[in-house]
Amino acid sequence: MAIAVSVSEARSLATRETAERPSPVLDMLRQDHFAQAALATIALVVLMAVLAPVLPIPSPTATSFGDRLLPPLSPGHPLGTDQLGRDVLSRIIWGSRVSLVIGAMAAVIAATVGSLIGLIAGYFGDNVDTVIMRLIDVMLAFPYILLAIALVAALGPGLTNAMIAIAIANVSFYARNVRGNVLALRNQPFVESARSAGAPHLWIVAHHILPNSFAPILILLSLNIGWMITETAGLSFLGLGAQPPTADWGSMLADGRQFITVNYHLTLMPGIMILILVLALNVLGDSLRDALDPRLRNR
Amino acid sequence: MAHYLIRRFLWMIVVVIGVSIVVFGLIHITPGDPAQIMLGPNAGVEEVQALRRQLGLDQPVILQYGIWASRVVQGDLGDSIVLRRPVLGEITSRFKNTALLAGAAVVISFTIGPALGILSAVRRGSALDRFVMLFATFGLSLPSFWFGLMLIILFSVRLGWLPGTGMTSAVDGGDALDIAKHLLMPAVALAVVPLAVIARYTRSSMLEVLGQDYVRTARAKGLGERSVTWSHVFRNSLVALVTMLGLQVGFLLAGAVYIENVFSWPGIGQMLVDAILKRDFPLVQGGVLLVATVYVLVNLLTDLLYAVLDPRIGMS
Repeated sequence: MAIAVSVSEARSLATRETAERPSPVLDMLRQDHFAQAALATIALVVLMAVLAPVLPIPSPTATSFGDRLLPPLSPGHPLGTDQLGRDVLSRIIWGSRVSLVIGAMAAVIAATVGSLIGLIAGYFGDNVDTVIMRLIDVMLAFPYILLAIALVAALGPGLTNAMIAIAIANVSFYARNVRGNVLALRNQPFVESARSAGAPHLWIVAHHILPNSFAPILILLSLNIGWMITETAGLSFLGLGAQPPTADWGSMLADGRQFITVNYHLTLMPGIMILILVLALNVLGDSLRDALDPRLRNR
Repeated sequence: MAHYLIRRFLWMIVVVIGVSIVVFGLIHITPGDPAQIMLGPNAGVEEVQALRRQLGLDQPVILQYGIWASRVVQGDLGDSIVLRRPVLGEITSRFKNTALLAGAAVVISFTIGPALGILSAVRRGSALDRFVMLFATFGLSLPSFWFGLMLIILFSVRLGWLPGTGMTSAVDGGDALDIAKHLLMPAVALAVVPLAVIARYTRSSMLEVLGQDYVRTARAKGLGERSVTWSHVFRNSLVALVTMLGLQVGFLLAGAVYIENVFSWPGIGQMLVDAILKRDFPLVQGGVLLVATVYVLVNLLTDLLYAVLDPRIGMS
């Protein structure tokens, strides 16, 4: 009797626990004020990017030679105008679309391809793992953005090519991390029992490996996307990404640079926007990592 | 240990060969005829044919790689299309300037970074710790090329304290003090992101060691806090810091591409971007190959240093 009670009690406890266990991410968002501020900032930039076409702002590419290099707070141009008389506020707002879309797409491509490679290497191990990881080692021999720059050199400058180049340059980051994670998962008892029960590889990957790799991949993604946005802007700044007249934060910086002695507001604003967005993404990424993987706290 | 060294060295050679294949392959993933692209749309058919012959593009790909690689091994990286000079001389003279810039940034980030990390870890949870970590997150998010521009606006344009561009003054320049003045701002701009990364990393590895049993033992036997921090905790975090060195040198070499462009520093990064925009493939290939090889070498040295500091590594 006593045993029966305790079993049913345990069962009810177990169900209650799964039902009421608070999501670590939501919990973090409720308590962490930095994370709240970061999320609000990101939401604001996304909103700005989405609403750009309907906002009452001039076209970002409309030139007006009579209004060249107006200082901030000029009538009709709250942030002034650039060397071609284009409205800086409008270009900042439209530029957020480029940064967000290209940065996010590059991150998703890198995460998908890299995770897949890491998954295959980690799950199959042995020779497959050796060959893949040796290739990844070759990719890692290129210092960071240099691989992206070399790829842009081959593909030719432009936003799409810059995005592809940044994505490829970051594949190794995901592949290595996901592989390590899968290697640890592969020898877990629940995977071994599935394997000994005769489950096909695809089934094991889909039901055991992938669901357990999702949180680590999300953490990597959240920590990586800020970099992607900085690098996209960086390639545009060097003239290898967005081409004129596209409104983009990186190329705005490059344009404004020529007027650094007289109109430094042209370089001030795009950089502040990159900093704010990347800072918010990094703060949120840190909090997300702490919430999803408490072992990594303090890192 | 000797076995480990030999294996590590052989593996480095394999990686460098892999890198050379990627660098060589760049020209072949280019859409269209590389010779035509390099010479521009107005080039005559004969001119294009001549360049194709010069670059060996009229040969089978494997043979092309063989010819190219055997030349590279002999130090012949071809001639720059635009400069009409040997690539090797151009990249080595420019690499010295990049090495100076990256070296200065290493000194800045690897002195201030660990210091901030140690302070933070020792006074964990204090206002100082929170401030340092906030500063580190900020530094991590800072676009270095924009930070460089802001430094120029403040210290060159507004205050007029430091020269904003170049490596030497046009008049009476070139002495050590002159170069140091030109070096300061780009080095700081290049160092800021690695500095933030190192501060965070030092703090976390210090905290990890602080939680170890032997630290508790050291305290329990009555060792002073200063002695625990330095001879037990910091020494063991040092191993982690050495790993960082290899990674961060890669970051500095790549980050130099931005910083050199912002400050018109005559290094290999500035040359690379210029060469890409002018479609000067031999120069791009030579530059990328050199930087990647140096990075691989630095990583080899890091691994060796790592094995010396932590004898357990060589055994496994």
